[in-house]
Amino acid sequence: MSDSQALISRSLRRNPWAPRTLFSNVMTGLAIACAVIAIIPLVAVLLYVLINGVSRLDLNLFTQVQPPPRVENGGLGNALQGTFYTVGIATLLAVPFGVMAAVFLSEFVRDTRLARWIGFATNVLSGVPSIVAGTFIYSAIVLTTKTFSAFSGGVALAILMLPVIVRTATEALELVPSELRQASVGLGATRFQTVAGVVLPAALPGIVTGVMLSVARAAGETAPVLFTALGWPTWIQSIWQQANTLSLLVYKFATAPYPNQQQLAWAGSLLLVLLVLVTNILARFVIRRRH
Amino acid sequence: MVRWVAPASLCALTLSLTACGGGQAPSSGPSAATSAPPAAGGAGLAIKGAGATAPYPLYQKWFDEFSKANGVQIGYESVGSGAGVKQFLAETVDFGATDSALKDDERAKFPAKRGKAIQVPTTGLFVVFAYNLDGVDNLKLSRDSFCGIVDGSIKTWNDAKIAKDNAGVNLPADPITWVHRSDGSGTTSIFTKHIEKACPNWKAGSGKSVEWPTGTGAKGNEGVTAQIQQTKGAIGYTEFSYAKENNLKMASLQNKAGEFIAPTPDAAAKALTGVKIPEDFAVSVPDPEAKEAYPIVSLTWLLLYENYPDAAKVDALKNLMKWAMKDGKAVATDLGYIPLPDEVATKVLTAVDGIKAGQ
Amino acid sequence: MALSNQQVTEIKRARSPLARQLDSGFVWLTGMFAVGVALVLVAIAVRVGWEALPAIQQFGAGFLTSSRWDPVEDIYGALPQIYGTLVSSLIALLIAMPIGIGVAIFLSEDFLPNKIQRPIVFMVELLAAIPSVVYGLWGIFVLIPILRNMGVALNAGLGWIPLFSTRPTGPGMYVAGVILAIMILPIIAAISRDALVAVPPELRQASYGLGATRWETLFKVILPAAFSGIVGGIMLAMGRAMGETMATTMVIGNANKINPSLFDQGSTIASLLANQFAEASGLQISSLMYAAFVLFLITLIVNVLAELVVRRVRMKV
Repeated sequence: MSDSQALISRSLRRNPWAPRTLFSNVMTGLAIACAVIAIIPLVAVLLYVLINGVSRLDLNLFTQVQPPPRVENGGLGNALQGTFYTVGIATLLAVPFGVMAAVFLSEFVRDTRLARWIGFATNVLSGVPSIVAGTFIYSAIVLTTKTFSAFSGGVALAILMLPVIVRTATEALELVPSELRQASVGLGATRFQTVAGVVLPAALPGIVTGVMLSVARAAGETAPVLFTALGWPTWIQSIWQQANTLSLLVYKFATAPYPNQQQLAWAGSLLLVLLVLVTNILARFVIRRRH
Repeated sequence: MVRWVAPASLCALTLSLTACGGGQAPSSGPSAATSAPPAAGGAGLAIKGAGATAPYPLYQKWFDEFSKANGVQIGYESVGSGAGVKQFLAETVDFGATDSALKDDERAKFPAKRGKAIQVPTTGLFVVFAYNLDGVDNLKLSRDSFCGIVDGSIKTWNDAKIAKDNAGVNLPADPITWVHRSDGSGTTSIFTKHIEKACPNWKAGSGKSVEWPTGTGAKGNEGVTAQIQQTKGAIGYTEFSYAKENNLKMASLQNKAGEFIAPTPDAAAKALTGVKIPEDFAVSVPDPEAKEAYPIVSLTWLLLYENYPDAAKVDALKNLMKWAMKDGKAVATDLGYIPLPDEVATKVLTAVDGIKAGQ
Repeated sequence: MALSNQQVTEIKRARSPLARQLDSGFVWLTGMFAVGVALVLVAIAVRVGWEALPAIQQFGAGFLTSSRWDPVEDIYGALPQIYGTLVSSLIALLIAMPIGIGVAIFLSEDFLPNKIQRPIVFMVELLAAIPSVVYGLWGIFVLIPILRNMGVALNAGLGWIPLFSTRPTGPGMYVAGVILAIMILPIIAAISRDALVAVPPELRQASYGLGATRWETLFKVILPAAFSGIVGGIMLAMGRAMGETMATTMVIGNANKINPSLFDQGSTIASLLANQFAEASGLQISSLMYAAFVLFLITLIVNVLAELVVRRVRMKV
């Protein structure tokens, strides 16, 4: 390093054309390019969905049933109904199940081998392909009840929601300061009273956030309802009937040749994307307020 | 949005849970929201069917008009003939619909307590080669040509075999994209039964779902139609009314007598004239002989149970069939289907009279 | 703990036996639910495996190496679908890996003030939240026309390479690969970023102190330190790509074949199930269950390995 003296005397600044610095700058450029490339599809999807979907975003979209081929107008009313039913059933099943499991993991066996094993299984469960969950429910419920139904669709969605709820609820519960629990126990509360009266309320915002995110995800899932809820062209009267969901209808109408149905597929996508956007932004708001 | 959505869904859910306690709740009309009280009497009955996509445009129109006239709500999900038969045998529907008559092994699975399976034709239909090729309006396909396209041995549009019958047409050197069904389908069954007879080199047999040597798969007649629409250089098979309604170009096909026949309901009807009707209505004309007949033609069937638990459903189904065989004819002709000849329609109604209430 | 064990026991003794029993009953109840979560996983494996049994007995391991899917003769093999599942996921990984890691580096270094960085992190996360079916719709009407034109040019220029040897007509393996890449990119980016941020700051300071530039530090110190975490993220992404159904089904072309050309149509196990499950019966349905079981096992193995790797990283944090 004979010229280092000279370099320092000139300036501490690096010569932008020195190979090392040049390499650094090029790499920085590449990293920026990666970020831009990653954002492009998001912007493109959002824009296209908005542009193509917004023209049908009116009251009819919510009150009319899906149009048959070659019939103009119509809406997504029955699909929205089906989505409410299936996601509602999934929520009713997965939330109590998941929160109870989370209570056990965070309150009673935290940091034990059992907790790690169950946590592990939960993560693996969240990696099970959604279509496999669909085949499972087909075999377990559709074949035994002998009918496709909104109910079986809801159970299939519950399988996908469950690990998300267990994980987010466990995290939320573990963030509750242990002083609260000690104070509760100190006042003579039972474990049940501590959990129900102190810990759960304190963790509620976090749990609700997780539930919201998993509801949004479930509403967009198609594969699990493909051969459980199957589809139904109009309003349904009970959860034991076949049902369409928003996601199912987007799939069917996207691959149909009729412009009216294709427009509704975009409008349905817009609803799904709005749901995702709203829940994610709300969730972010809740999380930020907590920290 | 989320704010009002949540209470609405919860409310709907509670309603449905209470409503469904004792089995099927009587349904309200399609225009009524979930909170509407159930309608009384025969009107408001809900019948559900599932199956073939090929007659779906017709059924949809039929059921819609019949519902308006009689107040019976008929839901039909065009899931494909394969699924239609499967759901029918599994008793998850009130009727099935298929483009491919029940096979013996399928009849063997029929639930005994429902009596026997009653299979009746509703209409005739025909399958066309629809294509998407700029500047070529009246494509003629000889047997050699369409066999080559289907088995993948003809790969480009300007192949000598195609060019031979299309003198003066500027056929591009573009690759041919063969579009077939990816799901089980009666349309596939009708189509492959003809291919099996017409193409000596065809090895995949015939059925609702076969092993295609080439091409792209799409779901339902809708999917195939959309795929052809979206793909330059594509050709595929679809039921006539789908191609017609979506303004796809259709090829004239060479029939057994060697004539090139354009796909029209008249030409298709010629394939069915004079055919003897067996007991189970399973008419099959895989390769019609008549000189002016369009070659790929079939009937399509409804599948009914002999025994229904609900007398109202029996009446509704009988009324539906009577209506379809008479008032429904005009709709069929209008959409490009082939209405059943009167003597067949009479036989159909006699057969439908066999369904009854009680297990 | 503020209370000693003895004190706790005394408090407990003070309660009536019934209250005590109810309380431990509550603990047991939550425990049952927790174990239940794990049991769901077992139930899926057992039930799907059970339904697949007739096909497993009929075809055995030959199912994995045969490429016939012939409902007419009732002979089934899922090689093209296994091939399609692996190839479409590999294409997706090859595209998403460099970009995802690039994004992770960009968002873990201090290139940007926090105020701008956070929305970008959020946007990348959103990419993972958009439903698969929406990607499929967008793929059919927006992505396919664009990619087809690019593909036609590639085929004209480089058609002698087997990968580009057929002319793209619309749907195909390449579209599925690109859509999957978009869908798994946020997974790779998020987990890689976690791993990068978790590298102890002392390592970076030491490297800077020795006179290394930012990128020298990244390549020689930080990336090697975060390597296992990044690999874990990539594997999780791979698992997700292999199980992805709707977007793939809508753009892959659903053809039962193996062709080295990426522009040709193909299918995956998931798309096969989505297309045929509702119609199938008899041996075909147990063959589909067999395929589902294979998919379940492949993703299970990938996920378990990924989980082990990621867990090791998280433990270090």
